[in-house]
Amino acid sequence: MRVPIGWLAEYVDVPAGTTVEELDTAFVRLGLEVEEIHRPEPVTGPLVVGRVLEIEELTGFKKPIRYTQVDVGEAEPRGIVCGARNFAAGDSVVVALPGAVLPGGFAIAARKTYDHVSDGMICSVRELGVGEDHAGILVLGGRDDDGVPAPGTPAGPLVGLDDVVIELAVTPDRGYCLSMRGIAREMGTGLAVSWRDAGELDLPDWSGEPAWQVRVDDAERCDRFSMIALEGVDPTAPTPWWMRRRLAQSGIRSISLAVDVTNYVMLELGQPMHAFDRDAVSGPIVVRRATAGERLTTLDGTDRALDADDLLITDDTGPIGLAAVMGGASTEIGDETRNVLLEAAHWEPTGVARTARRHRLPSEAAKRFERGVDPEMTTAALARAAALLAEYGGARVVGSPVDVDTRGARPVIELDSGKPARVAGVPYSDAQVVELLTAVGCAVEGTEGPLRVTPPSWRPDLTDPADLVEEVVRLAGIDDIPSVLPTAPPGRGLTEAQRRRRAIGRALAEAGYVEAPSYPFVGEKALDALGLAADDERRQVVVVRNPLSEEEPALRTTLLPGLLATLARNLSRGQRDLALFEHGSVFPGGNRTPAPLPGVDARPDDATLAALLGAVPEQPWHVAVALTGAREPRGWWGPGRPAEWADAVEAARRVAAAAGVPLTVRAGDRAPWHPGRCAELLVGDVVVGHAGELHPRVCAALELPARTSVMELDVDALPAAAVPVGPSISAFPPVLLDLAFVVATEVAAADVEAALRSGAGELLESVRLFDVYTGTPIPEGQKSLAYALTLRAPDRTLTGEEAAEVRQRAVATVTERTGAALRG
Amino acid sequence: MSGANDPYDPKQVAALSAEALDAAVAAAAEAFGAAGDLAELAAVRPAHLGDRAPVLLARRELGALPPAARSDAGKRVNAARIAVTEAYEQRLAQLEAERDARALAEERVDVTLPWDRTPRGARHPLTTLTERIADVFVGMGYEVAEGPELEAEWLNFDALNIGRDHPARTMMDTFFVAPEDSGLVLRTHTSPVQARTMLSRTPPIYVVAPGRVYRTDELDATHTPVFHQVEGLAIDRGLTMAHLRGTLDHLARSLFGADAITRWRPSYFPFTEPSAEFDVWFPEHRDGPRWVEWGGCGMVNPRVLVACGVDPEEYSGFAFGMGIERALQFRSGVGDMRDIVEGDVRFTSAFGVEL
Repeated sequence: MRVPIGWLAEYVDVPAGTTVEELDTAFVRLGLEVEEIHRPEPVTGPLVVGRVLEIEELTGFKKPIRYTQVDVGEAEPRGIVCGARNFAAGDSVVVALPGAVLPGGFAIAARKTYDHVSDGMICSVRELGVGEDHAGILVLGGRDDDGVPAPGTPAGPLVGLDDVVIELAVTPDRGYCLSMRGIAREMGTGLAVSWRDAGELDLPDWSGEPAWQVRVDDAERCDRFSMIALEGVDPTAPTPWWMRRRLAQSGIRSISLAVDVTNYVMLELGQPMHAFDRDAVSGPIVVRRATAGERLTTLDGTDRALDADDLLITDDTGPIGLAAVMGGASTEIGDETRNVLLEAAHWEPTGVARTARRHRLPSEAAKRFERGVDPEMTTAALARAAALLAEYGGARVVGSPVDVDTRGARPVIELDSGKPARVAGVPYSDAQVVELLTAVGCAVEGTEGPLRVTPPSWRPDLTDPADLVEEVVRLAGIDDIPSVLPTAPPGRGLTEAQRRRRAIGRALAEAGYVEAPSYPFVGEKALDALGLAADDERRQVVVVRNPLSEEEPALRTTLLPGLLATLARNLSRGQRDLALFEHGSVFPGGNRTPAPLPGVDARPDDATLAALLGAVPEQPWHVAVALTGAREPRGWWGPGRPAEWADAVEAARRVAAAAGVPLTVRAGDRAPWHPGRCAELLVGDVVVGHAGELHPRVCAALELPARTSVMELDVDALPAAAVPVGPSISAFPPVLLDLAFVVATEVAAADVEAALRSGAGELLESVRLFDVYTGTPIPEGQKSLAYALTLRAPDRTLTGEEAAEVRQRAVATVTERTGAALRG
Repeated sequence: MSGANDPYDPKQVAALSAEALDAAVAAAAEAFGAAGDLAELAAVRPAHLGDRAPVLLARRELGALPPAARSDAGKRVNAARIAVTEAYEQRLAQLEAERDARALAEERVDVTLPWDRTPRGARHPLTTLTERIADVFVGMGYEVAEGPELEAEWLNFDALNIGRDHPARTMMDTFFVAPEDSGLVLRTHTSPVQARTMLSRTPPIYVVAPGRVYRTDELDATHTPVFHQVEGLAIDRGLTMAHLRGTLDHLARSLFGADAITRWRPSYFPFTEPSAEFDVWFPEHRDGPRWVEWGGCGMVNPRVLVACGVDPEEYSGFAFGMGIERALQFRSGVGDMRDIVEGDVRFTSAFGVEL
């Protein structure tokens, strides 16, 4: 809502000297957020009212040009050249005299043009910086208009150059603030000054036959429908400048006098109206729901299929308006329209919202009706519009107004006068509560204890005691609420899952990985690039109905597409050595039952609640890493070490360690990994993820460097960590033992180690693989694995015999299980 | 050798004379002092402290003295022996120190050489800032509650008093999920966690719920369709707006310094009544101390309590929420939203592992 301060001052006695900043603060205190303050661009130098005395038409140029004599309040008129043609001798105009500088640094000087000296410039709205209209110059008034000040009067204030416009963001509960009337009430209260209610109009003494026959078939959705008839509107009558300026300041385009007046009254009183060409309406007007198959061409020229839920204004020919949202083309006010039916009604908000959304017509009218319009205003708005059309368009009201009014009594809200104090923690007195509610416009019965409060007609948002409490707190000053820290009962700290996520993030960061969260949107293309098979469960996606990009309409089922895209982005920005990680939710798809939508008058019953919660799919928390380039950089210590599959597996081990669970690794085969370099990650018998090198085809498809390695693991699949048991530490000396085995290449090191552990038994304190060797003298197809074993007994120094026995058992077990031979 | 009853022999007593002992001590000191290194010192040691050294030989002569004379002579010999030993040890320590100093000087390195063989990683500042905020509340006794990003429409809207045709619903710019009757949305705020919490716990409830939320905004310097909020909810007997303010002021001080406070403006949220938006005074803002818009708050709307099975006659509560991106932007002077969301390692690395 744009509020021109000059307009506001017509209703509110803003104290002299009030600055724009003070108004800004007052609006904010009232809960009307100031979005922007529009200040007209400054005009310096002489800018005056001029009256055109003579017009000489110049010919022989490429376009018609006028040479005018203009009275600017000086002894002699000035000669001014002008290219516009929308004015006549006697009209008052705005003249920038030599020395004036218009917006944009446009300096005016006497200069010769079209063979005449132009001693100034007659200005258009756009040249003055107060509007967009550049079709002609700004005509303030005609020959007989005594409303225009005398020639020579400074024109700046007249055209609104001093008028600041404050643009407010009005929250959806405060529909009444989408009008100057509502804003004036707020500001009068906020500044504690007197103000005038623009809606308090004396209705004229209309009489005669009703303006039209009207029937409202859906009183639920339309509880008041008012209408008057006007005849003799002059279709050529221009909209007065002051009205055009206020419409422009409010961001509304001037169209014709009849339309401009309805828009102006809407801005003033908050009551949207519609004007029908009376001669185009045939038969009684009926307000009803649409029936199947009905269509309506609206004012914007669109032919619309109507829904049975749409509320219509109809006549004998069918629909002539989409109620509260947009009028129909067949009864539109045209260039010849002289007779008009003006409608002002009150429509039920949610129905308007549905129709506006269904037809994608978020009109100014719909915006107001959705948020609530004062139903008292229909006849006042008609009277106001009729008066304006009479004054500026020569129209006269014929007959008496129609007013189909089926409203019920406004509900009374019971409020304990002590409630606002209890909610706010501020000791408001009973008298203050009553006073503030009255200032809002409520009728309050009672002075203390239980109050009976009837909200004003323009506040349909006030339905509950809590709403009244808010009004008291708001007007008393919400920023005056004191600061008191409550004492919460003792909490239990973070959950195990929360601690685990933090530990995983820290462990990876400490290991050199940089966290790179990405958007969870994916498309077919990204899943194809990963080489996922047609039946891969990661292709079962949840689809967004209104995605930002049609390319990426689905939610991720794996972290890899986003992480690899981030990797690629960093590479494209010149990075070479990268280790990234991401952790977050993934969204597996699949068939689901729709989530129910129970009522809100009570807690849903347990079955409904279970169905509701059960319809929300599981969204497991995954962690993933991706690496490329050097894992360790080259330096003065020597060459670097390229990132490889093993780093990805090690990242998984770090994750498992941070989570406190033992991880085992075995050879796996899953897209998008290299089939020979893919580790399956397990906890117990459960596969929790995979790690290794990307398939070369995936690297190629994503244009990533060869050997890029990744890991992805389902953190939620990790079991809870056991409480760690402290080992007993033996102070007896260890026996150190190195064993090397020659084994077939395809035997997994993990199996050899498992056999070693099993064979060595309890006296084995630790085992570590310290060398893997292939080549001479190891035969082709075999490899040598060298292990360092530490043996130790808890209660004694091991004897040579004992150590030898352990060694023998370990070797025997390895040999037996893996076919290995102890290396000489 | 003399027998026990040998007469007094003046020649043998000479070795025990004070002059002789002093001379031996002086000779030893000179010899030790002349030793240029540890090897030379070791070489001269036997002559002055070995079995045949004068002071040790003198000790053997003590037995030849009459008992009356033994005591004095014994003391002299002992003193001399200690003096020689000390002279030796002194020189030894000196030479060892010189040797060590030489050796250590030779081992000198350039300690300014880099050793970044293991690159440092980092956590995203949205993660670490979220944790910091959560920790402030955990410190006050709150627990951290969670909810899914793909959420039931009823919990995201209806339960929070945002009716089907309410303007606030359309203003949320929601991502809807197929099919049309799925009843699911990408949550537009963390507020559904409020509803989930009330539906699953009994008061008193003090929880904070950080998380990722979605709106259909295109990414630009100030907007992102995927962003983060922290939601707070307290339900207890007798909670007031003053308690809400105390809580927000405490958070502000914890994050933005001891002088930080909040400023409130009336506002509207369907799920709180009364509602306010709040600004925070941030003394260390990059462009000078100032008020910064931060979030929204209010007393939980009794309608929400009812829908979630909490008796509004017995309990009241407050709720608040704020944007993490926004907090990061002004706290750390981040001008462009895209830097926060694009995952450039240069951005994230600047924030380290903890914030």
